[in-house]
This record gives sequence, C-alpha cells and structure tokens, in this order.
Amino acid sequence: MQQIFNFIFKNSYRLLFLLLLGISLSLTVQSHSYHKSKVITSANFLTGGVYSQLNSIDEYFSLRSRNEELALENARLKSILFNQVDSLNLDKIDTVPGFKRTNVIVSKIIHNSYSSTENYLTLHAGSNNGVKTDMGVINDLGIVGIIEKTSPRYATVLSVLNTKSRINAKFKKSNHFGSLTWNGKNTGFVQLTDVPRLASTIRKGDTIVTGAESRIFPENINIGTVYKIYIDDKTNYYTIDVKLFNDMTNLGHVYIIKDNEREELLQLEKETKKNE
Amino acid sequence: MNSALFTNIARFIFLLILQVAVFNKMDFLGYINPYPYILFILLYPVNGNKYGLLFSSFLLGIIMDLFCNSGGVHATAAISLAAMRPTFFKFSFGVSYEYQTIKINDKITPERFSFIAISVVSHHFILFLLEAFRMTYFFEVLLRTLFSTLFTLLICILLIYLFKPTRR
Repeated sequence: MQQIFNFIFKNSYRLLFLLLLGISLSLTVQSHSYHKSKVITSANFLTGGVYSQLNSIDEYFSLRSRNEELALENARLKSILFNQVDSLNLDKIDTVPGFKRTNVIVSKIIHNSYSSTENYLTLHAGSNNGVKTDMGVINDLGIVGIIEKTSPRYATVLSVLNTKSRINAKFKKSNHFGSLTWNGKNTGFVQLTDVPRLASTIRKGDTIVTGAESRIFPENINIGTVYKIYIDDKTNYYTIDVKLFNDMTNLGHVYIIKDNEREELLQLEKETKKNE
Repeated sequence: MNSALFTNIARFIFLLILQVAVFNKMDFLGYINPYPYILFILLYPVNGNKYGLLFSSFLLGIIMDLFCNSGGVHATAAISLAAMRPTFFKFSFGVSYEYQTIKINDKITPERFSFIAISVVSHHFILFLLEAFRMTYFFEVLLRTLFSTLFTLLICILLIYLFKPTRR
C-alpha cells in the first residue's frame, strides 16, 4: 500500500499529464467519430453569450452589404407579389394554415467558421424558438447547413463546408441526383459525388438544387453551378465541383426550414422497414 | 508571489478574449489563423508551479475548444506544449536554465526567439494534425503549420514588445 502511494506521489506530475491528455484526446476522437456526439459545442450559455455580444459589434461593419441583400430580396418578393396571376388557381391545401408543409424561422448567424475541415456555425435561435436537430438552414442565395445541436437560446449548424456533411442534391434540368460533400479544400466549392455516368448531358454552368430525397431540405433550393466535371477513378461515377451561390465566408441572416411532415414520413418509413 | 499569480490570471483572460474576439476572425487567405493565446504557456514563470501550468493550459485549451467547436484539439495541443516546455527551455537556454533568471518577456535574443519558434511549431503541428485527423491531409497540415507559425510568431513578438514591462 505504501509503495502504491509512493509511486503516485513520485509520479504525480506525469499521472496528471496522462489524465488530462486522456480527457482531451478522447474528446478529440469523439468529435471526429460520431455524428451529433455528446461533445461540448458553442451552443451553450457562456460561448453563446460571448458570441452574440461580439456579433452585435460585428454587425456594424457589414450593414451596407446586408442592406443591399435585403433590398434585392425585397425586390424579388415584390416582383412575385405584383406578378401573381390568379389567386384562384393556387393549390388550396397550402393556403390553410394548419396544413402548411413547411414553416420558416428567421435567425441570425453569430459565429461563422470556414477555416478548418469541420466547420460549424452558431445561430441566435434555439429550442425556445422551435429549432430542432436536423432542420435545414438556408438563406436567400442557397443552402447553408443542417442544425446539429440546440440549447434553449442557441443552436449550432453543421455547415456545408464540413467533411462530415452529406446532402442529397440533383440537377435542376435532369433530375439525376448525387450526394453533396466537401473535400476540405476551397471554401467556394463543394463536391457532388456519385452522379451516375448516364447523366452525360451535364454541362459546365448547370444549376444544382436540393433533391426530393432529402428529408431535411424542401426540393429545388439553390446550391450552386457546375464548375468542373471529372470521373472518379475508383468508382467510375462522376464527381463534380460545384461553385456555391453562397459566399460562405460572409453570412448574415438565415432561414431555418421546419418540415411539418418530416416526423410522419420518417415514422412511416421506419414501420415499412420493420414489416419487411 | 501574489502579484505573479494575479498577472498570470489577468494574462489568461486577456489572451483568451483577444484570441476569440480578434485573431479567430482573421482567416487570412481563408485558412491561415494565428493562435497567440499560447503566449500564456510560454510566459508562465520558469520556476512556477508546474501542476498549475499543466492545469491552466488544459483549461485554456478546453475554453478555446468551446469557442471553436473542435472537441479537444486545442486542449491536447496546449497540455502537450506545457509538458514539453522544460525540454525546450533546456534546448534554447542550456542545461542549467533553472538557475538563471530567464525572462521571455524581454528583448528578443536568439535564445528567446528559438524557444518561441520551437514551441509555436510543435503546438501548431499537433493542433492541425488532430484537427485534420486523417493522414490524407498530411501535406495540407504541414502547409498550414508553416504559414500559421509565421503568422503566430510575428504576432507573439509584437505582443511581447507591446506589453514589455517598463524598466526602473
């Protein structure tokens, strides 16, 4: 017994180092291995509060470009409003409030990151505002990411610029789809992988939008344009560099998409699989 | 003793705020970020409590991880640097460094510069290696380490000169 204590006292510095190293390494490994792991995120009281304070200062520097964006979007919305053809021809079911398929929550990004290979954003809206895990986040130009974790007042977003992110996407003109990933290199481009070789009509400049298979985003939300096409040596599928519409290094207000039918859909699919 | 403790706590908070509010937002060319918060570990008194150093660098790293959403990457790099610090001292200032009155917080001599440079390189290499976590990114890790090291070194030296304690 004495010897054990002696050993512990003699090597206490080393043991403390190993303990701390063990804790931090396990946190590192956890954050890399599991999706939605129980690791510490910036959606908590301390860091969320600090980031929202810093953001209130930051906002003043980009007021001009934000104003321009809002003006552009206003103009677009006005043009839709003025060009409405006949309100009688609208789909009836969508106009009844209780049957709306999607709701939109407006929020603001208070922390943006794009310099590492696994990037997360922090939003100033949380479970108090109805934000839940796995909701889609977009802005007026295109997609931004997917809600990863929420706290009462803040939420973190798995950015499209994250090597863990996978989003179903398709070509606007041909319905061929693939999955959208990021190779961790350039913040302006993401990769559309697993596009079948049959989709040979694709050209540089074609528009990529979100696909119908996605349970997170509604169909036909803009992502980007085809920039470069090459054939993957290993799989013989096309891999396509997609130039994002969004400048991910400069984001302000975003919209969180709440799909009211998502749970019903997932439940149905789960039961179908169980019955097989 | 008490004033040294106070200086260290003040330095801890000041560097953390500076890192989060200013340097994390730099993103020069999209991916080059300086991390001068490690200056806390470098400027910790040479003969100070080593348990205190280890524990405070862990705390510093974990708080950085909270702000960067990065798991435990900063914490691992920070405590590794804290553990390797005596070796680097020995390398830069000679074997009997403990009996000299070393002050990092002073004019830059070749010894001091080499100490800061080695520390920054090893910290950044561990940091970026763990952040990428895949051997396929090895070349990018090296590139990032190189550029960020230059950036951090520059800012560390500027900060040291800026806050040099006034003489007499």
